[in-house]
Amino acid sequence: MEELARYLVVAALLFGIGLAGVLTRRNAIVVLIGIELMLNAANLNFIAFWRHGPHPEALAGVMFVLFAIAIAAAEAAVGLGLVIAAYRHYRTTNLDQIEEMKG
Amino acid sequence: MDTAFLITAAAILAGAAGAMAARNVVHCALCAVVSFAGLAAAFLQLRAEFVGFAQLLVYVGAVAILIVVALLLTRNLEATHEALSFRPWTLGLAIALLVSGAVVSAILGSGLTLGAPASAPAPTVKEIGNLLMTRYVVALEVVGVLLTVALIGAALVALRETGPGRTAKAGEQGSGGSRLEE
Repeated sequence: MEELARYLVVAALLFGIGLAGVLTRRNAIVVLIGIELMLNAANLNFIAFWRHGPHPEALAGVMFVLFAIAIAAAEAAVGLGLVIAAYRHYRTTNLDQIEEMKG
Repeated sequence: MDTAFLITAAAILAGAAGAMAARNVVHCALCAVVSFAGLAAAFLQLRAEFVGFAQLLVYVGAVAILIVVALLLTRNLEATHEALSFRPWTLGLAIALLVSGAVVSAILGSGLTLGAPASAPAPTVKEIGNLLMTRYVVALEVVGVLLTVALIGAALVALRETGPGRTAKAGEQGSGGSRLEE
C-alpha cells in the first residue's frame, strides 16, 4: 500500500471509531471525545493529501488544519461548557435522561 | 519509516478504540490523549512539524485538560460505570462499520497515484507566519474573534444559573461536585 493510502485508511478507521462512539455512547463527554476524534481524522486526511498532493509548497493543507485545530478548540470549550450547564440543570450527563428542552 | 508508521497507527487506533469502549469515563479521556498524541506523531512523520506541535499543545495540552475538568465538575458516581447495554448499540456499530468500510474500500479501489514528493522540504515556521500575515490574514483575524467569542460564551454558558428556585435546588444538593462550583 502506498504511503498516502495508508494514512487515508488510518483516518477512515479513526473516523469510523469516533462515529461508533458518538452513536452508541450515552455520556455527553464521551460523545464530545468522539466528535474530536472525527475532526482529527479529517485533519489527518488534509495533511496526508497536502504532503502527497501536487503542490506541497503552497501550504494550503497545513493552513486549513491550523484553522481547524483552532476552531476545534473553541468547539470543545463551548461544548464542555454546555455539558456542565446541562449537568447543573439535570444532575446527569446521560444523554438519554436529558430529554426535555424546558425543565 | 514502516515501523514508525505501524507504531503510530496502532497508537491512534488503539487509543481511539479504548476511548470509545472504556466504561470508566476517566479511562476514556486518557485513551483519547493517547490517540491525540499518536496523531501528532503522524503529523510529524508527514513533515508537518508545526501542525504536529500545535496538535500536541492544543489537544494533548488544552483539550485533554478541559475534558478532565469537565469530568471532575460533572462527577456522577453511578454514571461513571455506565453500562454498555444502552440503546441499539449494534445499530450504531453497524453504521460506523458501514461508513468506514465504504471509505476504506473506496480508497483501496481508487488506485491513487498521486506522486510521493517526499523530497519537498518541510515548511518552515517563517513560511507559515508569512502566509498567515498575508494571504490568510482575514481568516486569522476571524479566528481570533471566534476564539474570543467562544471564551466569553463558554464562561457565560457555564456560569451559575441564578433565579428563584434554582438556588434552593442547588442548596439541597450541595455536596460533592457542586461544592466545587460554589
